[in-house]
Amino acid sequence: MASVAVETGHASALRARRRPPLSVLLSLIVVAGILVLTIVPGVVEPYNPLAQNLLLSSGGPSGLHWLGTDANGRDVLSLVVAGTRAAVVGPAVIAVGTVVLGATLGIAAGLKGGIFDAVVNRLADLLYALPGLLVVIVVVGIVGGGYWLAVGVLLVLSIPGEIRLCRAASAVQARLAYVEAARTLGLGTWRIMWRYLAPNILPTIIATLLLDFVGALLGLAGLAYLGFGTLPGAPSWGQLLFGGESLLQENPWMSVGPSILIILTATSVTLIGDWLYDRSVGTMGAR
Amino acid sequence: MLIVVFLLRRLVGGLVLLLVLSMLVFGLLYLSPGSAIETLMGSRPPTPALVHALTLEYHLNEPVVAQYWHWLAGAVHLDFGTSISVQTDTPVSTLIWQHLGVSAELALYSLLIVAVVGVPLGMVSGMWRGTVADRSVSLISTAAVSAPAYVSSVLALYLFGVTLSWFPVYGVGSGVAGRIGHLTLPALTLAVLLGAIVVRQTRAAVIGIVHEDFVTFARLRGLGTGRILVRYTLRNAAVPVVTSAGLLLIIALTAGLFVEQVFSLPGAGTLLLMAVTDKDIPTVQGLAMALGLLVVVVNLLVDIAVLVIDPRSRFSTKVR
Repeated sequence: MASVAVETGHASALRARRRPPLSVLLSLIVVAGILVLTIVPGVVEPYNPLAQNLLLSSGGPSGLHWLGTDANGRDVLSLVVAGTRAAVVGPAVIAVGTVVLGATLGIAAGLKGGIFDAVVNRLADLLYALPGLLVVIVVVGIVGGGYWLAVGVLLVLSIPGEIRLCRAASAVQARLAYVEAARTLGLGTWRIMWRYLAPNILPTIIATLLLDFVGALLGLAGLAYLGFGTLPGAPSWGQLLFGGESLLQENPWMSVGPSILIILTATSVTLIGDWLYDRSVGTMGAR
Repeated sequence: MLIVVFLLRRLVGGLVLLLVLSMLVFGLLYLSPGSAIETLMGSRPPTPALVHALTLEYHLNEPVVAQYWHWLAGAVHLDFGTSISVQTDTPVSTLIWQHLGVSAELALYSLLIVAVVGVPLGMVSGMWRGTVADRSVSLISTAAVSAPAYVSSVLALYLFGVTLSWFPVYGVGSGVAGRIGHLTLPALTLAVLLGAIVVRQTRAAVIGIVHEDFVTFARLRGLGTGRILVRYTLRNAAVPVVTSAGLLLIIALTAGLFVEQVFSLPGAGTLLLMAVTDKDIPTVQGLAMALGLLVVVVNLLVDIAVLVIDPRSRFSTKVR
């Protein structure tokens, strides 16, 4: 029953607002572009990003090097393109991991209540009160780990927020009749969670997936800016920003380029998330 | 009575958080690569006398639980031992005090800007919702929230420091005037980030209130807009805004670290980065505990402030 209701609601929403607004269309184009840079950076890079040419050290933009060169004479545009992968892959892993683990714990807590709910909630409270990025800086800096350690710690720290949201959303659903009905039919908790409850809080889950991605993108780039959690030999936007800071006089584009990409990616993904959320919440409300 | 119980529960919660944090922070010594004694020696020459002194100081010949107990006993008295490499043999507490000043000045300066500019903007935006003013404020605050502190700091440094040369780009300057001049651009950068959040919170809170009956009746009674804004709207909107102070603090701590780093300010964030990079464990431990204490104290103050501002919350403390 529940799935039928969702489908009809979905169809009516598509009829009501077939075209996404311009800002969302632009965001989709940006995200598509970022995906191309992530998957096949070699196609877009004008030069080998790691090839040094010390004769062209710290040059400004020119016809040959659109964003100029860095202190070692490497082409900044190629470096920025090559840095996309490090900037995007980790956050994607964090977002998916956070949603899978956080949603499981959150939905279970909202559905079951009781001691399990209390424990999960306390845990979320505890981690929530800490400035996450500082924790990552300390742990990654002291242990001396690289990119994947930073990804792991950020993932753990972003789970509490996810748990809270999913718990709140599923606690509302758990009181509704269809959950009661599923229980009466004798279905297991796991099945109720994923087949009945999860589809109904899907807008929340998708919105948080994209928000988690944005948070992780900004966090990881910040860490890279400070020199933590980087992959040896692979450039990233944060590292380029740091390198560009000392070249602000000679070649400001080395800072401006990655800055624009960071802001553009973060804003686009946020806008798409908001739009998806509003759209599906609209269909839910119509029922 | 209820209030006392409520505050006590909050206090205990904060203490539990600090206790858990202290265990994690103490564990950093063992998380660091190499043995504890190697970590504590840093780059100093490993003479038997130094090894002996450090073993005694950190009770390394005793079980880990005893080591933690001794460490915790010191930490309660704000004694975190002496720095290894950032400033060798200086007590960590002294080091923290030295650096906390700049961070506190930066934070107060930006808080002042946020309170004077952010709150009124949010109120205007919420009162006259949907107007050009509201839409521009919303757009700017959305953009400001999307830009992380390291990006906005570097861009501000480039635009106002390097290109326009309006502000100094490095350090804290000397004298009161020099210090204010050097802190203005960093404080503005931080204030834009924090202000954007405050504007959004204030706007949302005001929107929820302007259509309440008591505001309509106040208007009906012929009260002036200013009086309605301050006495009726602001006071009722204050609760969600004050509640967000805990979140603001966490953002300010993280953003402040980047701002200090970009503008080369010798604050607590810079100290943390130096200590982490040099693997100066006692300094990292002391600083982490100090920041944890700050978070707990601010959250407690927020709870008390809400009780003071909103009398209704004094009767509903059980709900939260």
